[in-house]
Amino acid sequence: MRTTTHRGRLWVLLDEAGRLIEDIDTDQIFHNAHLHLTEVAQMGAFALGNLEGWKDFSRRAGPGDLIVAGRNFGAGSSRQQAVDCFLALGIGSILAPSFSAIYFRNAVNSGFPVVRGAEVETLVGRGKLRTGDDLEIDAASGRGRNHSLGFDFVLEPMSGVQVDIFRAGDLFKYGRERG
Amino acid sequence: MGRTVIEKIIQAHTQDDVAPGRVVWLGLDVRTARDFGGPNVVKHFEREYGGAAPADVRKTFFTFDLCAPACTLKYADNQQACRDFARKHGVEVYDVDRGIGTHTLIEEGLARPGSTVVGTDSHMNILGAVGSFGQGMGDVDIAFAFKTGLTWFEVPETVKVVLKGRPGPGATAKDLTLFLCRELGTKTLALRAAEFYGPAVEGLDFAGRVTLCSMITEMAGIIGFIPEPGPSLGQDLAALGIREFAPTAADPDAAYAEVVELDVEGLGPQVAVPPSPNAVRPLAEVRGLKVDSGFIGSCTNGRTEDFDAAAAVLRGRKVRPGVMLKVVPATRRVYDELLRTGILQDLFESGAIVLNPGCGGCAEGHAGLTGKGEVQVSTGNRNFPGKQGKGPVYLASPEVVAASCLKGEVADPEEV
Repeated sequence: MRTTTHRGRLWVLLDEAGRLIEDIDTDQIFHNAHLHLTEVAQMGAFALGNLEGWKDFSRRAGPGDLIVAGRNFGAGSSRQQAVDCFLALGIGSILAPSFSAIYFRNAVNSGFPVVRGAEVETLVGRGKLRTGDDLEIDAASGRGRNHSLGFDFVLEPMSGVQVDIFRAGDLFKYGRERG
Repeated sequence: MGRTVIEKIIQAHTQDDVAPGRVVWLGLDVRTARDFGGPNVVKHFEREYGGAAPADVRKTFFTFDLCAPACTLKYADNQQACRDFARKHGVEVYDVDRGIGTHTLIEEGLARPGSTVVGTDSHMNILGAVGSFGQGMGDVDIAFAFKTGLTWFEVPETVKVVLKGRPGPGATAKDLTLFLCRELGTKTLALRAAEFYGPAVEGLDFAGRVTLCSMITEMAGIIGFIPEPGPSLGQDLAALGIREFAPTAADPDAAYAEVVELDVEGLGPQVAVPPSPNAVRPLAEVRGLKVDSGFIGSCTNGRTEDFDAAAAVLRGRKVRPGVMLKVVPATRRVYDELLRTGILQDLFESGAIVLNPGCGGCAEGHAGLTGKGEVQVSTGNRNFPGKQGKGPVYLASPEVVAASCLKGEVADPEEV
């Protein structure tokens, strides 16, 4: 069974003014010029490839890293590639105050732990979640810990169906288990 | 406790108890995939289910609209992969000749009032215009839906939006929609359904309802309904061959998460400026901005009524030299209507470039890419940075796009 805990290096998606970027849309995450790609392994190079200030993210990030983004992450199109590109890079989790409905479903169905948490926005604003921090989360229980600064914070626990699909691996495996 | 429109539609398609926040297993009347997403649906389906057939091929469709006909080798391959799958299983394909899938589903009578419809199109909720619960989904969801006819869904809360007053004579459905994008932003409707009430929306014709419902996505909403059918909707739908139209009404004692009242009295033309569809200003504040190109079409403004409105501005006039005006009908049916009514001739004679039906103008396919520094005024629904190319995109009504292309600058139709 897959574990819902994860520890890794943090990337905080800030704009030039140092604010958490809100409404990051799927064309900024995975531009429509690459929509013809159907191999997940090829998608990583384009992750955040059209987001101002973050176009080189795929070269800077490493497997196991975590991301914090602003509210309504994944607005726009229904493209699964906007989730798959992070899976291709081995990103551990994305935390945000909220996600677009379709993006959130796509992530849940692919067994990619997206975690909602209103508090992350405040923490970023207070400089308590920074790029490079050593972060640990338990997505199922909604607990977070910043090991670099030594404090705990609260996330929204995964819903029942999200935990079930995540533990099964993805929606297809979950569907087979469920019969 | 009474139910809202979305709660009623979901309850009619699930055995689970429906309440906001609860996850239910939802039966799907129609499941579709486009040439975008579709190839991945096929890939997932064949990997996960081998040679098994979809649960019900009569409820399963492909709609090709993104890159139609294929303008890259990759899309040609992807479309053919979908066709091969469809032929193997006897699934119907609305191919590259047909135009935008969501509009085709309405025209074909597949997206009916009270039905549940999913597809790989984030503007699937446009089907709210005919009281159908349409929902855009990714390729994993759709592959699962092809095989099982089911999806898991968290029942959304509903917001009641009451519009007071009547917009001014120069305001179109697009102006009303852009006004709502500004007022509601991406927070009020986020992850919720909406019901719109008031004379400003109840008086909208079918094309106008499509415009409003298409941009619920840009307001981060799940879907929007206009439960009151209004005077012309029945006629409009009858013209499309949809004779039984019984929209779902909310119960009088339905529970809403929030009630929002907005005053639209005297509303005038609006324009969404970069970088977001929610950055909306009155036209007067953008007037005079130099324009390089215009686009009229998309699932938001691609109906015959939209082109008729543009033609009324363009008729007998010429697009300013150096300005490109690109026109894309939503569907083959719309194209046919434009031909028969002479609207196409008017558009052509004004200097417009008329393209075949589809999503051209919004996605990276054909008809709508902008070069660096190219200012485009568009009837589309998104102007996110880089979406249609490197140039800044301003969203407006067909009338404003037409007037702007005549003047070579953002213009009020009143002034041309």
